[in-house]
Amino acid sequence: MTSKLIEAKNITVRYGNNVVLTDISFAIEKGDYIGLVGANGSGKSTLVKALLGLIPLEKGKIVYNDLYKFEHGIGYLPQVAVTGNTLFPAEVREIVGIGLLGQKKFPKRLTKEDHLKVDTILDRLGIIGLKHKKIGDLSGGQQQRVLLARAMVSHPKLLILDEPTSALDPRVRADFFNLIEEINKVDQTSIVLVSHDLSSIKRYTRKMMLLDRELVYFGPSDEFDLNFGMAKGMHNHEHDY
Amino acid sequence: MNTIIDTIIEALSYSFMQRAIIVGVLIGLSSAMLGIFLVLKKYSMIGDGLAHVSFATVAIALFLNTSPLLISIPIVIVASILIMELNEKAGIHGDAAIGLVSSFSVAIGVLLSSISGGFNVDLFGYLFGSILSIQQSDLWLSVVLALGVIFTVIFFYNDLFAITHDEAFSSVIGIPTKRRNYLIATLTSVTIVLGIRVVGTMLISSMIIFPTVAALQVSKSFKSTIVISSMISVFSVIVGVLGSYAYNLPSGASIVMINAIVFVALMGYKRLVRS
Repeated sequence: MTSKLIEAKNITVRYGNNVVLTDISFAIEKGDYIGLVGANGSGKSTLVKALLGLIPLEKGKIVYNDLYKFEHGIGYLPQVAVTGNTLFPAEVREIVGIGLLGQKKFPKRLTKEDHLKVDTILDRLGIIGLKHKKIGDLSGGQQQRVLLARAMVSHPKLLILDEPTSALDPRVRADFFNLIEEINKVDQTSIVLVSHDLSSIKRYTRKMMLLDRELVYFGPSDEFDLNFGMAKGMHNHEHDY
Repeated sequence: MNTIIDTIIEALSYSFMQRAIIVGVLIGLSSAMLGIFLVLKKYSMIGDGLAHVSFATVAIALFLNTSPLLISIPIVIVASILIMELNEKAGIHGDAAIGLVSSFSVAIGVLLSSISGGFNVDLFGYLFGSILSIQQSDLWLSVVLALGVIFTVIFFYNDLFAITHDEAFSSVIGIPTKRRNYLIATLTSVTIVLGIRVVGTMLISSMIIFPTVAALQVSKSFKSTIVISSMISVFSVIVGVLGSYAYNLPSGASIVMINAIVFVALMGYKRLVRS
């Protein structure tokens, strides 16, 4: 059986007259930890949306090989993750429970077992103590962990994290990267981590994918030349760590 | 005390007051239950925009010489979906989309009323509500609406909660976000059309916004917000309608004033608890 989870085959995406991605081909394998990098407007978020099936492809196709059902197989942490709305009236356990709704049939009620799954993932991510806290009362780093728990509670085979650390301070950011690395190693969950921060991505991931509306580089992180990425309009935030 | 009770008993002996309270409570319940989804998704002013559209449909109904309700409900539903489509497909955000659709609709209404020789109905009643104009048919439509809203909120609760918190994530896990948004838009449209009879075009958005924002001051969970806002809304309608009868005041404005007082009281309570 192939270890490939997802194969993108010659995909092209267009918004109106603007071609955002051109002829992109790659495969994500079981246990991969891929850093998806590129300057603003390079097509990173578009590629993520394409992988999630949220936008139509103009050409090519995406094959979901070993994801037994699409909605259950991919966990997603959106780019604008930290809500910042202190009035949003929901406890942490309610937010994390959303991650299980994709597996439910009408009228989508959460069972005792589901609540246990929520407790287990909160415990795993070290935030069980926040279970009954209002999401808006948490710090940025805590909110990010809650939303990661929401993405992971259904035990996806692939986690896509879209700019997950952009709103976090450097220390919390390092903790977050360590946590993701552990999830990848211990659970064998494949990770695609989108960022414009070259150095930290290169340090934590095993593969790099550099986009500039087309696939410029896809290979081992230790063979990726940071200067090459910077030449493509990206930044090196090494001093943050 | 006896005088107040006597006034309430006298008020409730009139069939128009009975209809006003029943319809008001049902509309209040519907608007409060829908309010949380609209307020938290930053669509608070959709009530105001759709009320303008509804006001314009009265002119269209008069022009075509037919019942305003028959014209208003489908047109306001189309307008609400148009607002969401403008937001999603044309990238025109919530408030701008609402402004476009409502001003365009009012312009059509004014032009049609001008062509047909002007309004010959109680304009003030449509602007600020008139409980005397509430018909038996409004009562039955309100019962159907309230049942529809309660059914929707109970059976689609988790979907609506997920979409309100994070629409992109909801799409990824397979929740039909577009269909759920249309469902809320349709129920909101009918609530607005029927609610105009009670509080009028100018004040209907307050029935969506006030109870939810007041409940948000003290609630800790999504469910408790819905329950508290429904209680505030029903309380405001009953006290507002009876108060308007007792002191000979406009019913719509009285309901909104009670809502405002509850909001200020709960905001004060929240600050007191925090300090």
